[in-house]
Amino acid sequence: MDYKNVRTTCIYCGCGCTLNVQVADGEVVGILPCPEHPISRGSLCIKGWNAAEFATHPDRLRVPLIRREGGFEEASWEEALALVAERLGAIRDDSGPDSIGFFTSAKCTNEENYLLQKLARAVIKTNNVDHCARL
Amino acid sequence: MVASHVLTGKERGAKIIVIDPREIQMSRLADIYLRPWPGTDVAWLNGIMNVIINEGLADTAFVEERTEGFDELRQVVMEYPPEKVEQIAGIPADGLRAAARMYAQTKPAAILYAMGITQHTTGTDNVKTCANLAMLTGNVGVPGSGVNPLRGQNNVQGACDLGGLPNVYPGYQVVTIPDVKAKYEAAWGVEGMSGKLGLTVTEMIEAADKGDVRAIYVMGENPMLSDPDLNHARHCLEALDFLVVQDIFMTETAALADVVLPGASYLEKDGTFTNTDRRIQRVRKAVEAPGQAKADWEIICDLARAMGAPGFEFASPAAVMEEVVVTTPIYGGVSYDRLEAVEGLQWPVPTADHPGTPYLHKGKFSRGVGKFNPVQYQAAAELPDEEYPLILTTGRMMFHFHTGTMTRRTEKLEQEAPEPYVEIHPDDAQRIGLNGGKRVRVSSRRGAIEVAVRVTSTIRPGVVFIPFHYVEGPANALTHAALDPIAGIPEFKVCAVRVEPV
Repeated sequence: MDYKNVRTTCIYCGCGCTLNVQVADGEVVGILPCPEHPISRGSLCIKGWNAAEFATHPDRLRVPLIRREGGFEEASWEEALALVAERLGAIRDDSGPDSIGFFTSAKCTNEENYLLQKLARAVIKTNNVDHCARL
Repeated sequence: MVASHVLTGKERGAKIIVIDPREIQMSRLADIYLRPWPGTDVAWLNGIMNVIINEGLADTAFVEERTEGFDELRQVVMEYPPEKVEQIAGIPADGLRAAARMYAQTKPAAILYAMGITQHTTGTDNVKTCANLAMLTGNVGVPGSGVNPLRGQNNVQGACDLGGLPNVYPGYQVVTIPDVKAKYEAAWGVEGMSGKLGLTVTEMIEAADKGDVRAIYVMGENPMLSDPDLNHARHCLEALDFLVVQDIFMTETAALADVVLPGASYLEKDGTFTNTDRRIQRVRKAVEAPGQAKADWEIICDLARAMGAPGFEFASPAAVMEEVVVTTPIYGGVSYDRLEAVEGLQWPVPTADHPGTPYLHKGKFSRGVGKFNPVQYQAAAELPDEEYPLILTTGRMMFHFHTGTMTRRTEKLEQEAPEPYVEIHPDDAQRIGLNGGKRVRVSSRRGAIEVAVRVTSTIRPGVVFIPFHYVEGPANALTHAALDPIAGIPEFKVCAVRVEPV
């Protein structure tokens, strides 16, 4: 059995507890707290102990989807991203950069937030960038 | 987890004051518990300062050396004697005096709050008033003191730090300052960026209805459950020409999209989060993403390539951070090597040899001296009347996270809290004639939902509470989209509703 312990940061709430994620043969088999971490001090709340189960839920999205007449259809990444690029470009050209808005995410990483606001500001050229900090 | 630190303090002799319209668990362990009407925070905070000044409990040395505007503050808070506050906020005058004395005479003293202070049309005023109180008593720039907003979501702090806001680039550098724009145009190798303020989430949704915003790109957010006045929000999102949603599940928002892109969960990617104490910490990939799902950072880089835009050729999140630190002074000394330390780094960390900053405002404020910003109490935007006689206040619970996309797909958490409910005081339950009924209809001017009822004296008579996590009984179908004029935050903590048996 291939086993490793991966130290990471909990997805739930702003406390930022350290999680020791136990991985066996490429699957998460458990989550343990981290006694050395100054915030969580070897404890977790009930959400932290259970912070891996959702990731393997059968409802996870696995393939890009495009809405067609009659509902969503599966698509390749190339097709989906080409459509997004084409539509965003066309709307910007027709109605100006401020006709497009971007919601970054309080659940995504710092690097991802940086990249999406960079895309909005440097590529589309709008400051219509926000996330759910107020909600 | 923050509560566990508060309780550790209590074991060491600290005092606890809880002021909350709901009798939360911590209230039972508090030395003083006071129950105001929702939406009256400026009034009772001014009342506490009124007592502190009148009884000579202010930290006059701190006020003289480190602040300005005290006379203006005094003038305003003198209009809030405890007896008048009792009329407005429903807090007994003697209780308010006791809380004022305990807070002022116990040092250091920390103020902790979450969205109960901010989600009001007077949210900015509430925060200013908390800051006034902390400065009046010298509780700034000292370990164990301060004004401490507790962030609800894991990376709200980081999303703000990295420029996920309509008014600032990364590191809170203001978009309307030409030099700042020029700096980013040079760094990113582009011209013609916008020097105008952008729109907030709530404003973008509103602009969609008018046709001013035609396309929205959503990464890992679910406004169709988290925004106020959901019926209106749905109408607005449906008016868009093009909606892209990047997420790990088919959320209520993704269901309205034209294109849905499958992202990776936090277990399936590398990166960093910044937590509520400005602590930057690593996220490490543990397992592979399912199917063709990709990390959100990879999706954005791929999209930029599809748009023919240079500047997104990153091999890893570590490489993205190397670009971030160049233009973001508060993150200037961050590197993935340094983040190997279990305690991470607390910003500002301007240089590679700077140790980080556990607490702010030591010795001086960022603007030099601290300015008192006195404010007058203003009532909430929608108050109860004959037709809608109760105040609804919404919020979170321990078992679920935000719109429940993840926690409601977790068996143990769902077992603990499987359905939406409304908390109502026994007096109100009797007046409404619930007669032991288990479900009620709650309606406002914007919508109606049916939920289970919990009759409990932990809520103030005249006030009801509904957690907002549940799609089958969405509290935000009822809430009011009235916004704080400066922060743009909706007034989730006060709107008028009616409760009827079903």
